[in-house]
Amino acid sequence: MAGKTLFDKLWDSHVVIKGEQGPDMLYIDRHLIHEVTSPQAFSGIEKRGVPLFRPKQTIATADHNVPTVDQHLPIKEELSRKQVQTLKANCKKHGVELYGLGNPNQGIVHVIGPELGITQPGMTIVCGDSHTSTHGAFGSIAFGIGTSEVEQVFATQCVLQTKPKSMCIEVNGELNKAVTAKDIILYLISKLSTSGGTGYFVEFAGSAFEGLSMEGRMTVCNMSIELGARGGMIAPDQTTFDYIQGRDFAPKKIEWNKKLAYWKTLVTDEEAKYDKVVSFDAADIAPMITFGTNPGMGIKIADNVPSLNGDKSFKKALEYMQISPDTSLKGKPVDYVFIGSCTNSRIEDLRAVSNIVKGRKKAANITAWIVPGSKRIEAQAIKEGLDKILIEAGFELRQPGCSACLAMNEDKVPEGKYCVSTSNRNFEGRQGPGSRTMLASPETAAATALKGFVTDASEYLN
Amino acid sequence: MEKFTKLISPIVPLPLQNVDTDQIIPARFLKSTSREGFGKNLFRDWRFTKEGKKNNDFALNKITEGEILVAGKNFGCGSSREHAAWALTDYGFKVVVSSFFADIFKGNALNNGLLPVRVSEEFLQSIFNSNSQLEVDLENQTIKILATGQQEKFEISAYKKHCLVNGLDDIDFLLSNKKEIEKFELNNV
Ligand code: SF4
Repeated sequence: MAGKTLFDKLWDSHVVIKGEQGPDMLYIDRHLIHEVTSPQAFSGIEKRGVPLFRPKQTIATADHNVPTVDQHLPIKEELSRKQVQTLKANCKKHGVELYGLGNPNQGIVHVIGPELGITQPGMTIVCGDSHTSTHGAFGSIAFGIGTSEVEQVFATQCVLQTKPKSMCIEVNGELNKAVTAKDIILYLISKLSTSGGTGYFVEFAGSAFEGLSMEGRMTVCNMSIELGARGGMIAPDQTTFDYIQGRDFAPKKIEWNKKLAYWKTLVTDEEAKYDKVVSFDAADIAPMITFGTNPGMGIKIADNVPSLNGDKSFKKALEYMQISPDTSLKGKPVDYVFIGSCTNSRIEDLRAVSNIVKGRKKAANITAWIVPGSKRIEAQAIKEGLDKILIEAGFELRQPGCSACLAMNEDKVPEGKYCVSTSNRNFEGRQGPGSRTMLASPETAAATALKGFVTDASEYLN
Repeated sequence: MEKFTKLISPIVPLPLQNVDTDQIIPARFLKSTSREGFGKNLFRDWRFTKEGKKNNDFALNKITEGEILVAGKNFGCGSSREHAAWALTDYGFKVVVSSFFADIFKGNALNNGLLPVRVSEEFLQSIFNSNSQLEVDLENQTIKILATGQQEKFEISAYKKHCLVNGLDDIDFLLSNKKEIEKFELNNV
């Protein structure tokens, strides 16, 4: 028998009913919800008069729309407050565990899942948020869904999904020392475009990914959605198992051994065939930054912005960004630096930033926000003394939430201002109406904050 | 969900690629807890100036009748917010035509009775050039430029077509299979 890819194995083992002329009925192991995309789904099942089918398999948090200062006070903005209150009421009514504001487990939904050990290899995980792909770093099938699908999961613990094709993105060879996980994924999106993965589920393979920490793997899988892919995954290995062991929701004792034995089988068979394979050389990757209004518009910091090519959308993007073709971004003055979001707000990111800014000061023209991904990360940062380093360097250390990643709360980059951001999307207005976002790694963002202009971090790395 | 079989309508052309869901409905308008009322903020930052005035150059302000939005490739990329589909239907669109749709958007559209019609890049250009009314026939899976008679077939899964034609949604189908789900759980979970 021909071998199977890891994706095929997991998908096939979760199919309840195979759709002959349409989508498969896929069983969902874990469902994560938040305040913005769940209220209409709760009212949907209530209107139908059906109960929440498996409330224990759903976990809720408040993240998208919460303030990142004074979280102990009632939310000032009325609509945001109502959304967060509605989540609380819905969770209580339907028996869903909620890590809301004030709870020590609260944080960005894709940060807390892994951190609490809820995310495990071999699972199917969904959430009404496209960056659910983050959880694929553990060798699970994880993808974002719309609110109608949230309602499907509420009602039946299943979603109807057409099985995507499989793609393998291989990166082998030696990475340059200054290259981070964020640079790898920005590089891949710049090569493959934001629709290069549409219709596919990606497996990342090769030494470049094997060498990454779990935090780095999450950064890569997080942005697989920016390739247009349904999701991305990395086969679990010892790094994965070590990360999970001992976490709150991780299996314990006998159960751990049983699970571990299963997780070790989660590999793509040697004879398995992907629908598509693309390969890159790790040595070609360098620190990256974006210049345009989609995540595929990225360049190596050392390179120039591409020339105009007659494409209207490309020209419109440069006009929006007020960036000229054929110029270097190096040295370009910047107004804001945002370190946060489910892409780069983990303890490893905070440590990397602290390493660079320790004993230094941010430039006077920069407003620097650093927003930990969760309460636990915030607590860990304080334990390690990172808070002092960051505050002394002139950074505003804020409280956990999505913050300026989508600027739904007060954390907005003003119109016309440039922000070097560790988040995942540089769409027009994403960080606030008229804001201009340049995506980069935490290291690049930290170095840029110190200099006041786009800077690659190499001089600060030893 | 409303039934969909056939539609003849003028088009609203949006000849841009990679129109993301943050443009379709910016995040700051996602604070509602209901599904209604998102149409008024559809393409908010393109439709209105920052002072709140109508931007007269923008297609939606020039053409007010079409129920078919025609856009460049990779329409609906980015965030999974279903609010994008709600905003389009609330505004009055019934069909979106593009040469390429982002996956999550496509699913969200179909779940809300908004038909995404994928056409070839050449056909898309012909639509933009002709600026004519279109006829979208779901039963026969055809899209026709009425002024020129040019026609193309489009794909849709038999299941989704059945849902749209009959105004059914996925939850009805899933709920009717609860026994199978329970059986699956006994063997697997
Ligand atoms: S941080 Fe940004 S991308 Fe991540 S879940 Fe929040 S809004 Fe979505």
